[in-house]
Parts: sequence; C-alpha cells; structure tokens
Amino acid sequence: MNCIIIDDEVTARAIISQLCDGISSLTALEEFPNAIQAIKYLNQNEADLIFLDIHMPDFTGFDFIETLSNPPKIILTTSDPNFAIQAFEYDCIVDYLVKPITRERFQKAIQKAEATSTNGIAKSINRESVELASGNDLYVNIDRRLIKIDIPSIYLVEAKGDYILIKTEEKNYTVHSTLKNIEKKLPDTIFLKVHRSYIINVSKIIDIEDNSVLIKKDVIPVSRSNRSELMKRLNLL
Amino acid sequence: MEQPNLSYIESMSGGDRAFEQKLINIIQKEFPEEKAVYFNNVNARNYQKAAENVHKLKHKISILGLVKSYEVAVDFENNLLNGNTNCREDFEVILQNMTDFLKTL
Repeated sequence: MNCIIIDDEVTARAIISQLCDGISSLTALEEFPNAIQAIKYLNQNEADLIFLDIHMPDFTGFDFIETLSNPPKIILTTSDPNFAIQAFEYDCIVDYLVKPITRERFQKAIQKAEATSTNGIAKSINRESVELASGNDLYVNIDRRLIKIDIPSIYLVEAKGDYILIKTEEKNYTVHSTLKNIEKKLPDTIFLKVHRSYIINVSKIIDIEDNSVLIKKDVIPVSRSNRSELMKRLNLL
Repeated sequence: MEQPNLSYIESMSGGDRAFEQKLINIIQKEFPEEKAVYFNNVNARNYQKAAENVHKLKHKISILGLVKSYEVAVDFENNLLNGNTNCREDFEVILQNMTDFLKTL
C-alpha cells in the first residue's frame, strides 16, 4: 500500500514515517503539515491509505475528509480519544490511533487496513466552484454535479488558500473558489464579511467579545474596519 | 516527581540510533518555540490559542514518557477551552521539567 501522512507536528510525522519504514508492504509517499497541501497533492496523485491527524489549525482532519468524493482508507491519528464516535460516521476510516502511537497498535491498524476491501482511491477531490444562487439556494459544482446548499443554513464561509470552506448546519463543503466570488452570491441582509478570511451569517451569532464573534463552536476574528458595520447590524438593547 | 525519559522513543526506534537522535533534535528545536508561543498566549489571556498550544505540547509530553503529566495537560487544555487557568502552575512545572531534561541530552 502507498500512503501519505498529514499532521501539523513534525514529531508525529517522523514517528509515523519511521513506523511505516518497519512494514515492508507499506510505502510512505509524502508527508504534509496541513490538509490543503495534501489536497493539492491528491489532485495529481493517488494513495491507498492516509494517516490523518484530526486536530490541525484552520482545516481539521474531518474537514479534509469532506473534500474527498471517493476517499481511500484513512487511519486517524490524534491525541484526543473524544473524536472516536465521530470517526464511526465515515466508512473510509479503518482505524483510530491515539498518540503516542505504539508499534504494536500501529501494526494492528495496518492489518485492519489491509483486510479492508479497497473502496476507492483518492483520485477525485471535489473540484467544486460556486455556480449560482437562486432564491434561498446556492449551487456548487461537485464533480460535474450541481449540489444545492440552503443559503440560510450557511453559518460561516472561510477562505482556505485557493479554496473556501462553506459550513452549514448539516455539512461542510470545500469549494474551489474565492471569498469575493461567494460574497456576491450571498444576500448582504444576512451575511457580512467580518474579516478578510471570513464571511458570517449574522443571525447565527451566539455572542460577541471584543474583536471576535462566536458562531456555533467557531471563534471568528472581526477586523477593526468591519466591526462598526457588524454593530450596525445588531439589534442592540 | 515523574521524570522525563527516552523509553517511548527507544521503543519506536527499534534500535535505530539515527532515528532516536533525529526525534530528539526535532523536540529540542520545537519545544522551546512552542513553549514560548504558549506563554505569550496564556499571558495575553488568549486561552483558546493557549489551549491549542497545550494540545501540541501534549504530544511531546507523551513522547518523553510523562504519563501522569500528560493527564495534567489534558485537564489544563480543557480548562483553557472553558476560559479558566486551573492546573496552570502544575502544567508549567512540567514544562520546566522537560526543559531541564532536554538540556541533558
């Protein structure tokens, strides 16, 4: 099996790479410190297995999985055992390794991965783009299919390099587009760009503290230049 | 007090001394940087960011074989996420313990 390693910690990548070296049937092709670089790699290359850290800044392991339309086998690696239940929601996840990873536990995970039938290779990352908005709906192009997103359910849009991450009540979508592009498609009565990297749904704000807003579990920075516009939108007592 | 050790690193290396040294070098380089970022954030009361720093430091705590200290770090991370700094003193003693140990390598 060919594998890639995605982890923001150099130590974690070094340990997993060392463990891979000890297994003759496993070849570590590349290591990535973040999910965005891995997405770019998988646009051009294939892997049978991904070692994926969950807790990474900006773009979590689960956000990354959502971008894969036909994910390969994935072994999650994390310091936090509390994500195990969420991991079961994904068929592609074959095992869950809690750091520090031991050699024995790693070997067991590889055996599981080898025993699991191949259900697809990470070849087709969602090549999405913001297409059009109609009434309450926004359509995004995912692998030549137009997927409808209910606009009011969007609570946050975040710029991620060449991509944007659209977060809704039900699901997250990674779209190959820009914040400027989607801003034009969203009604400015509900949505506000509060920072160069964030557009928020103002109706979903839970609280505001100094220069940040809390939406769901996301703490979003508010730039000084946008703060006055945000305050105008609020029904202040 | 629990003392840092290389037992985990040695179990990972399978006798590969070059790998052991590589991992130690990475930790010796990264640990002071991550520690400094943590102190900046916690002193600035930026507890969400400090929690992320503790999360990252946790892995190094476990790599240096500090089982009980790891549990302290888990509690401290959760406390920071809830906006309080309980366990801070204990956590910072662990950081100093690690700092002293890394100097001996």
